Amino acid sequence: MLNFYRGREGMWSWALHRLTGLGVLMFLLIHIADIFVIGYGPEEFNDLLFLYHAPLFRIMEIALVGALYFHAFNGIRVILIDFWDKAADYQRQLFYGATALFFLAFIPTAIRMAIPIFD
Amino acid sequence: MLSRGGGRSRPAEGGSFEVFSWYFFRVSGLLLVFLALFHVVIMHVVHTVDEIDYEFIANRWESPFWKVYDFLLLTLALLHGVNGARLGIEDYVQSRGWRTFALTTLWVICLVFMIIGALAIVTFDVDAFREAHASAGR
Repeated sequence: MLNFYRGREGMWSWALHRLTGLGVLMFLLIHIADIFVIGYGPEEFNDLLFLYHAPLFRIMEIALVGALYFHAFNGIRVILIDFWDKAADYQRQLFYGATALFFLAFIPTAIRMAIPIFD
Repeated sequence: MLSRGGGRSRPAEGGSFEVFSWYFFRVSGLLLVFLALFHVVIMHVVHTVDEIDYEFIANRWESPFWKVYDFLLLTLALLHGVNGARLGIEDYVQSRGWRTFALTTLWVICLVFMIIGALAIVTFDVDAFREAHASAGR
């Protein structure tokens, strides 16, 4: 992935897609493990929630949501290009479109998630 | 080989598994756009992590809709993510021995997390918790 070629938008789209995908997968594994603890009962599960309330974890969660948003919007771009011939001619514009959607969705979400950390 | 989209082009060879994988990636991805984004919006925009505890999840999982929703999210996200990691391993791990080791580890992780994730959702017994809670309160 680090052997960058001069592919510009297409290259960035691909590298970011892999990177964000891997990040979301890592979090998914942690998340499955913590939800598994729910089977042990309310005390055991609620005790574990200190993790989700820790400021560092919450900041990382904002990054995770950012990764997920990018992966989702760029993923739609990949699907469009694969199934619709015309979209391939506009792959660059679609990348900017996906990036714009990402910022549009991520900025309000990040603010919403960040405010309680500093309360 | 890359497609112009930044994903891979649909495999022309490599057997039916690769073709299935290619379609699965796109179909599950499209479903996950809705499932995962809606999940994040509910948990982090409508609610916050401060509101989420055992009681919150118990109320949620009282409804079969959310149990099915979370089960779908779990299975599709895990298989989609593991399939992505598989392609990463196949791209970067060149040595045959390490590649087999990495792929085996990956599928074992996938199986284990699929089982514990499914168990958590399927075996969650809200009624047992409510009864224990009620009798403890008296």
